[in-house]
Amino acid sequence: MAPVMKFIRIDKENWERDLQKLRRSFRLIGPVKADQDCLFKTLGEGEFPDFNFLNTRLSLKSLVLPQSENMFEYSLDQSREDCHILKEVKRNPTQCVVFGIRPCDAFAFLLVKPNFDTPEHEDPYWKQAYGAITLVGLACDTPCSTCFCTSAGCGPYHEEGLDVLLVPADDHYLAKAITEKGKHLLKAVDWDTETAPGVAEKEIEARRLAAEKRITSFISTDHLKEKVTIDLYDAPFWEDVAFSCINCGICTYVCPTCWCFDIQDETRGKSGRRMRNWDSCMYPLFTLHASGHNPRGMKIQRVRQRFMHKLKYYVDKYNNGIQCVGCGRCIRLCPVNIDIRRVGELMNNYKPIA
Amino acid sequence: MLEYIHKIREIAADLLEKKEVEMVIGFRKGTVPMMNEPTFVNRPEDITALAWDSHCGINLANYLPNRKERIAIIAKGCDSRNIVTHIIENKIQREQLVIIGVPCKGMVDRQLIMNRSEGEVLKALEDDDNIIVRGHGFEKRFRKTEVLQKNCEICIHRNPILYDKLVADKVEEKADMDRYEDIRPIETMDPKEKLDFFDKILESCIRCYACRNACPLCYCPTCFVDEHRPQWVGKSQDSTDIRIFHFLRAYHCAGRCTDCGACERACPVGIPVRLLTKKLEKDCLELFQWEAGMTIDIRPPLDTYKPGDSDNFIK
Repeated sequence: MAPVMKFIRIDKENWERDLQKLRRSFRLIGPVKADQDCLFKTLGEGEFPDFNFLNTRLSLKSLVLPQSENMFEYSLDQSREDCHILKEVKRNPTQCVVFGIRPCDAFAFLLVKPNFDTPEHEDPYWKQAYGAITLVGLACDTPCSTCFCTSAGCGPYHEEGLDVLLVPADDHYLAKAITEKGKHLLKAVDWDTETAPGVAEKEIEARRLAAEKRITSFISTDHLKEKVTIDLYDAPFWEDVAFSCINCGICTYVCPTCWCFDIQDETRGKSGRRMRNWDSCMYPLFTLHASGHNPRGMKIQRVRQRFMHKLKYYVDKYNNGIQCVGCGRCIRLCPVNIDIRRVGELMNNYKPIA
Repeated sequence: MLEYIHKIREIAADLLEKKEVEMVIGFRKGTVPMMNEPTFVNRPEDITALAWDSHCGINLANYLPNRKERIAIIAKGCDSRNIVTHIIENKIQREQLVIIGVPCKGMVDRQLIMNRSEGEVLKALEDDDNIIVRGHGFEKRFRKTEVLQKNCEICIHRNPILYDKLVADKVEEKADMDRYEDIRPIETMDPKEKLDFFDKILESCIRCYACRNACPLCYCPTCFVDEHRPQWVGKSQDSTDIRIFHFLRAYHCAGRCTDCGACERACPVGIPVRLLTKKLEKDCLELFQWEAGMTIDIRPPLDTYKPGDSDNFIK
């Protein structure tokens, strides 16, 4: 039997001192108040995470998959020996600790991982960056009305994907190491005051249940698996769903589980770089073939693709739920109010006319 | 403005029943507070799906280009001016349209209300003059005039310019409005200051192109930033590329932009995109005495040449 993970008590009065200590060996990232709401950034000297926030507009995926990332450099200068040779950009990701990531955002890394890190395929960029972060998740007691994590395989106290779960209490935090990395972190700060066995567990369990009750919005997924793919694909409701879509990239860019990118070479003078940039299935260019043919040339096809991918193809391929953690960002930020919960309902309840 | 919906539904249902149009483009109630979704109705029995309130800021003219049906469309002042522009630019035929005009009192700025509320807004109600929002443990009342979208605050064409039906009596237009108070300080900056200013406002851009795609004017089959043979603009987060996108897009809208605010409303990161388009709107007004979308009989100034056109930029 695996040993029961203990809860560690961290007094709030020592919090800043401890973080200061941590700063010597790690880059610290946390939520800070910005003009309109909170955003995650590197915490400078004297800056500390502000845990009083609703979900941030952007997820933390750019930590591991930056919007633009240089992969190779090259020279076109024929007088140089290394002319025309792609040279990998040296990367030395600094070890960093993210304080206050929501469990949904941390869980999202695990959903995209099969695309970047499997026994068969390895994306060194993603893998290195992911390996360099320690995720200290903030138990989520203040969900938004658009959060539906509990029906998306996740939850406000969900531990999968986190290294440490941090639960705020009155004058202290309770921390639970989930992974070896998490244990290592607690040790690095000498956070080792164990709580009396059983007490914290009970309290956290009660808080978890209360937090889950605060999630009042849901997505229906129970029938997705049994639906015939082509029936859903041909369903008449896509015309209605897609009508308002303006085919911008907001939903895909704010989504913590959307990971598509495009590789581009950019040359300036005689030197150049090969990089990858976020891309979006909402853009016509995403699927444009060299021949000029575009298999998803119409808006309705692109809208359908996004929802079919998240709510059907992924479900069928991995048998692991939907490719969505229920953070609700796409709902809150869609400029025309396309709502994945509504689309999920349509898909989940769809019965083709015989 | 809430009572408009009865008349909107009545007119729309009648048009569908008499088969004068095949579809009605309007809004349906949103799934989150202070949002409505553009939608179409094509059966009279579905007419109650249509909604109207102070959260109908999206420009519906954006849904017209290249449609082949006979369409009834609900149009505020700005939407109607963009419909005019579409007709001039051959994106839709006048004969295809029945324009249901809505005298508009302004749409409210959802982000502003959210910023001024003490928590997440869970419910929003409204009467003629106020928006009342509720969340966990708070209720707050805003006068609509205090929380209008910035473009609505300075709007001088609230009544539809081109319409076939009107859902209510026209509203009074605002007069003596200084529309360019925010533009003048930028005009006086030296080039370096301007560059820094633009870089500052564009620094959070994630290139989602929502500003472009929400804009009724941006209907090019392939936008210049999407051209790839050859590719004109880089795809990274390079500030030059981001600048080129925003500046060039603004120039493409010169003499066509109605300041409907769709771009700014759609931006997920709060970039004041209108500062760019408004400068060009101001230039068009000063150089050509031109306001976009006011008549279907005259082509816009950047589309035509007249011997008397201003040429004092040639030095």
